Amino acid sequence: MSETVENHMELRFEAKSVNESLARMAVAAFLTDMNPTLSEVDDVKTAVSEAVTNAIVHGYSSEKEQVVIRCSRRDQLCVVQVEDEGVGISDVKQARLPFFTTKPEQNRSGMGFSFMETFMDQVEVESTPGRGTKVTMTKYIAGGNGR
Amino acid sequence: MEQDFRYQVTGDCLVVQMPVELDQHMADAVIRELDFLLDSYGVHRLVFDFEDTTFMDSSGLGVVIGRSKKLAYIGGITYAIHVSDRIRRMFHAGGIDKIVEIMGEANADE
Repeated sequence: MSETVENHMELRFEAKSVNESLARMAVAAFLTDMNPTLSEVDDVKTAVSEAVTNAIVHGYSSEKEQVVIRCSRRDQLCVVQVEDEGVGISDVKQARLPFFTTKPEQNRSGMGFSFMETFMDQVEVESTPGRGTKVTMTKYIAGGNGR
Repeated sequence: MEQDFRYQVTGDCLVVQMPVELDQHMADAVIRELDFLLDSYGVHRLVFDFEDTTFMDSSGLGVVIGRSKKLAYIGGITYAIHVSDRIRRMFHAGGIDKIVEIMGEANADE
């Protein structure tokens, strides 16, 4: 008889781009206990990086603001939530379209939400203009058998 | 934890070693350096070498798209080499394989 395995983590950090790697590493470390494959770790790291970058680049204009990541695990189901209290997104549907970007100068691909959707099983976006954005991403970690 | 930025200019070709982790933080640094180099040397061929890159998010696409546009404007060509399967899939999703010559398999260097 196997019991449900649960675990939770919360991480709060300043909206500095240098913290993007901190966020990825922390979530990857949280996943370790789920025995993920390398490819699954990369998938989650990429999705986290996209969501955190959105919060830092688009959500906030000051590095003093804070981004919160919550991870939870229930057996092999992993839920990662990235939340900011920034400007919010007025049209979430439009923001999620591939190649859509509000910063059309040369350096944005507009693929952030697309990559979250590609690499996670489910992506939910709740946003209120002026209040902030919460992205909730879910992925089933099949894991590597017999590691 | 900034990585040093490595590049080589031979004739009118600039080869740039992409960082180990290419996220938005690193992308901003790479773009600053690259735009300076492109303006200084006036090269017509730009090669992004992804040999060292173990992590990339969509910021990496932005780096390549922006620079290849710049090159195309002066009639130059942009290449990407040592591209892993994963990065290749991301390039494909972002339409980059249409504007950049991609060379080099994930595991086999010819």
